Amino acid sequence: MRTPRVVAPFFGVVGTVAVWWLATALFHIRPLFLPAPPDIVSAFRRQPAYLLHEAWATVTETIIGFGIAAAAGLGVAVVLAASRTVERALLPLFVALNSVPKVSVAPLLVVWLGFGPRPKIFMVVLICFFPVVVATMAGLSSTPAELSDLVRSLSASWWQTYVKVRLPWALPQIFVGLKVAVSLAVVGAVVAEISNPNRGLGAVIVLSGTSFDTPLAFAAIVLLALISVVLFYLVASAERLLLPWARAITG
Amino acid sequence: MISLVEVSHAFRGRAGAVEALAEVDLEIGEGEFVAVIGRSGCGKSTLLRLIAGLITPSSGRVRVDGVMVTRPRPDVAMLFQQPALLPWRSVRDNVLLPAEILRLPRPAYAERAQELIETVGLAGFEKRLPHELSGGMQQRAALCRALLHRPRVLLMDEPFSALDALTREELAGELQRIHMDLRPTTVFVTHSIQEAVLLADRVVVLSPRPGQVRKIVEIAIPRPRSFGHNAHLEEVTEHVAELHELLLT
Ligand SMILES: Nc1ncnc2c1ncn2[C@@H]1O[C@H](COP(=O)(O)OP(=O)(O)O)[C@@H](O)[C@H]1O
Ligand SMILES: [Mg+2]
Repeated sequence: MRTPRVVAPFFGVVGTVAVWWLATALFHIRPLFLPAPPDIVSAFRRQPAYLLHEAWATVTETIIGFGIAAAAGLGVAVVLAASRTVERALLPLFVALNSVPKVSVAPLLVVWLGFGPRPKIFMVVLICFFPVVVATMAGLSSTPAELSDLVRSLSASWWQTYVKVRLPWALPQIFVGLKVAVSLAVVGAVVAEISNPNRGLGAVIVLSGTSFDTPLAFAAIVLLALISVVLFYLVASAERLLLPWARAITG
Repeated sequence: MISLVEVSHAFRGRAGAVEALAEVDLEIGEGEFVAVIGRSGCGKSTLLRLIAGLITPSSGRVRVDGVMVTRPRPDVAMLFQQPALLPWRSVRDNVLLPAEILRLPRPAYAERAQELIETVGLAGFEKRLPHELSGGMQQRAALCRALLHRPRVLLMDEPFSALDALTREELAGELQRIHMDLRPTTVFVTHSIQEAVLLADRVVVLSPRPGQVRKIVEIAIPRPRSFGHNAHLEEVTEHVAELHELLLT
């Protein structure tokens, strides 16, 4: 018997919430430590406009940063993969840069970019950029030998090979990179907001900490999780729509 | 049409050079169908890749139509063991790939693609993506693509070996018809003796590494030939036995 794809995750979520609720009730856990689900709902209902407004700030930072990172990452990878020399010159630098914990530069970003949304967007770009570059380069260098032989036996030019075979073949892997990036994007935005809390759900979490309003922090966290999930599914759906053949080659 | 003179080829690897072919001499006439058999690793693919211009020999000369082969030529087409179709293109667009790459006029070739697709029995599947087809149908599409721009030489590297027995026979029959029809000079690598005897004018037997021409067997049976019952059963059996002997010893 086949069940629709949303049924299992739905029961997973409902079950988890039920266990959590039961635990808070059974062990008399105070809302300050771990609020029960209804506490979180009422925290949201106390000031929905405020929370949605801050959520929107986080969403826009995330989407703008992700968009910039995707475009820049693709561009850089395409250039890098075009020439062995450029690749060898720059790839070690990228690997080194990528191993810098991005969180550690959050305070510096304020110095460089001020207090507005720009340091947050930049943090999202920093976090999303490398997964896109790495996945795209991997995709561009994964063309199967028989396809290279095929186009070579037709005397295809470098450009024809690139546009007609290498790039489309890389698309499924590019989407792997985009999915990793989009799931990190919200993290980037929140980290930047927490280190410079003037707007966004990160700021809400910092504020709730100073006023011991744990249910409010949880409401913000639930919103963050929702944003993350929705953004991920948007990218995954775009892939299914644009590359119906991708499943066939990734097995 | 194709001539190899004292062709040797060695691959340089980490563990020293691997001698794949040694002193191969071979003349293949215009329109001829030559099958190449030999044990796995004896240099059959290397031989084809040399003729295709995908690699250049360590020593010796490879000529196609009197011209030294130094790089791939558009009038030499190749068919591989895998269909090597582009998974994002429909059957028709896959078949039309050579026309695109060689910048040939699309309308005329779209018509030809349609004819070829019908010849191999893929009518009705033009708009399907490769993963929606069976292995045999994919290989038929690849055959159409190889024939699209009327190549004068057709090189095939174990094209049917990934298919089940019945599909193989079917495709071999189709290949015979296509060859009788269009007469491309054909070099057909196979490890099936039956296939070689069914299809070829001559069968080249390569010895194990390094590959050398061990013997060339003429198959003088009139076409069309068929597997199963036919009037030349005795000759077929004789050739099969002889080739078997040559491969095993
Ligand atoms: N690119 C390569 N690099 C190194 N050795 C190779 C390469 N291609 C083939 N060889 C070696 O050359 C020999 C002949 O290979 P191949 O022509 O593929 O044989 P066949 O097609 O008859 O099975 C084998 O021993 C193989 O390992
Ligand atoms: Mg081979």
